[in-house]
Amino acid sequence: MSDASTATATSATSEPAPALAAMPRAGWHVATVVATRQETAKAARLELDVDGWPGNAAGQHLDLRLTAPDGYTVTRSYSIASSGPGTRVVLAVDKLPDGEVSPFLVDEVRVGDRLEVHGPLGAFFVWRPVDRGAVRAAGDGAGGAASALRARPVQLIAGGSGIVPLFAMATAHAEARDLTPFRMLYSVRTPDDLFFAEELMALAAASDVFRLDLVYTRRTPDGWPNLAGRVTRAALAAAVLPATERPIVYVCGSTGFVERVASWLIELGHDARDIRTERFGGI
Amino acid sequence: MSFITRGFSGRGHERDERLPPGQTLAHDFPVLSAGPTPEIDTAEWEFSIATETGGVHSWNWEQFMALPIEEVDTDIHCVTHWSKLGTSWRGVSLDTLFEDVETQYEYVMAHSYGGYTTNLALDDLLDGKAWIAFEFDGEPLDPEHGGPARLLVPHLYFWKSAKWVRGLVMMGEDEPGFWEQNGYHLHGDPWKEERYW
Ligand SMILES: Cc1cc2nc3c(=O)[nH]c(=O)nc-3n(C[C@H](O)[C@H](O)[C@H](O)COP(=O)(O)OP(=O)(O)OC[C@H]3O[C@@H](n4cnc5c(N)ncnc54)[C@H](O)[C@@H]3O)c2cc1C
Repeated sequence: MSDASTATATSATSEPAPALAAMPRAGWHVATVVATRQETAKAARLELDVDGWPGNAAGQHLDLRLTAPDGYTVTRSYSIASSGPGTRVVLAVDKLPDGEVSPFLVDEVRVGDRLEVHGPLGAFFVWRPVDRGAVRAAGDGAGGAASALRARPVQLIAGGSGIVPLFAMATAHAEARDLTPFRMLYSVRTPDDLFFAEELMALAAASDVFRLDLVYTRRTPDGWPNLAGRVTRAALAAAVLPATERPIVYVCGSTGFVERVASWLIELGHDARDIRTERFGGI
Repeated sequence: MSFITRGFSGRGHERDERLPPGQTLAHDFPVLSAGPTPEIDTAEWEFSIATETGGVHSWNWEQFMALPIEEVDTDIHCVTHWSKLGTSWRGVSLDTLFEDVETQYEYVMAHSYGGYTTNLALDDLLDGKAWIAFEFDGEPLDPEHGGPARLLVPHLYFWKSAKWVRGLVMMGEDEPGFWEQNGYHLHGDPWKEERYW
């Protein structure tokens, strides 16, 4: 391949493409459900112990396969709310009333059930803590390298269940005591629809570098300063880190939510290469 | 490995023979993109094929639309487990575009506006297997789905059908493109479930 085409091949990523060799290999695993809990009125949290799971980075997902007694199978993708080494994996599933898989996972699955999962998957919609050792080493040497390694601020934007991989990132950020400024904009229908409500409030309360902005689209809590309504371009402009700070932006939610938000981000001056998206489906 | 999931009976029992393993029939049009949807004006659009000798064949929108156009009715399979059956497209066959292209190389890197890439074997693009499509269901192709023009290689998972395509670069050896560097399979045959590697 010519040099020119090599340059364009990597230009979609603002950093070099993550070395796949460094990523845990994806494979099929048997997961045992070790805990379930209601997450919201419509959603459940499932904690799995996955036999042979190689660990996963924040933002990755897995494929989950169900098999009926007659051999019929169905597979869906689910983001992972947890990260790090170990075999525990947390999922959070929103029930689509007419859905085939999500009502089963939310209403039927119980502790002790076994599920087939394939993963961990995805190497692009991923966030990793800054390697402070590397920054220091580069700082001792060439100043240019140090500034190249200094992490850019991160803006997370979630719609509904799109919070799942972004929650994994926010948690990984806190656990690593990473000082990269993190800001999260989370859009949900009502206060009862917040996933990881307690954990997110605790993260925001405990940290000077993590900030949480909530948007309620149908009903707000009492005394909330803003009216209920969808995220607008103006609301986005007001709540997200400005393009001048060159944040890396992760956007996750239904396809329609992601399309709207990502196109507004471009209009607000963010570079397309700095915006990473995960589209869950739907409209 | 596969075992019955306790309590699961499934809904879609009349399984369609046209669905590859692990796929579900979609009624909407699934979208897989790693970033925002680029907006490309056909006035600035250009498509090119570059070979090992430095030769470049290129077409602007007007020249491209003057080429023979084919109607394609086909099933499409997205790696996110969704398939759409009987979709209809209009586009230019890669056989037409490669007519005057001389190359010894057997692999191709498809490049898109926005910087994305995906690798393909030339064999997967010729002999009536691939098109540059600009119309879906009788309408100009939406930017969200790769408009103004995308590669259409329906016998492979749909990420190989590079959206917003702007050119093909011949390669001597198979090398992973953007999606493949991020975990997707080098080849991507849905009937063999070549999703990830
Ligand atoms: C990478 C990835 C990660 C995902 N992570 C999560 C996750 O962490 N939590 C989670 O709850 N879901 C997640 N999803 C969505 C999930 O894969 C399923 O699509 C969802 O659970 C619906 O499946 P179902 O079988 O219940 O509904 P289906 O029977 O498949 O569909 C029912 C109807 O709902 C529509 N639909 C499908 N998905 C959505 C959606 N997201 N919003 C609105 N309408 C939709 C379909 O078009 C269909 O008309 C993820 C999807 C992807 C691609």
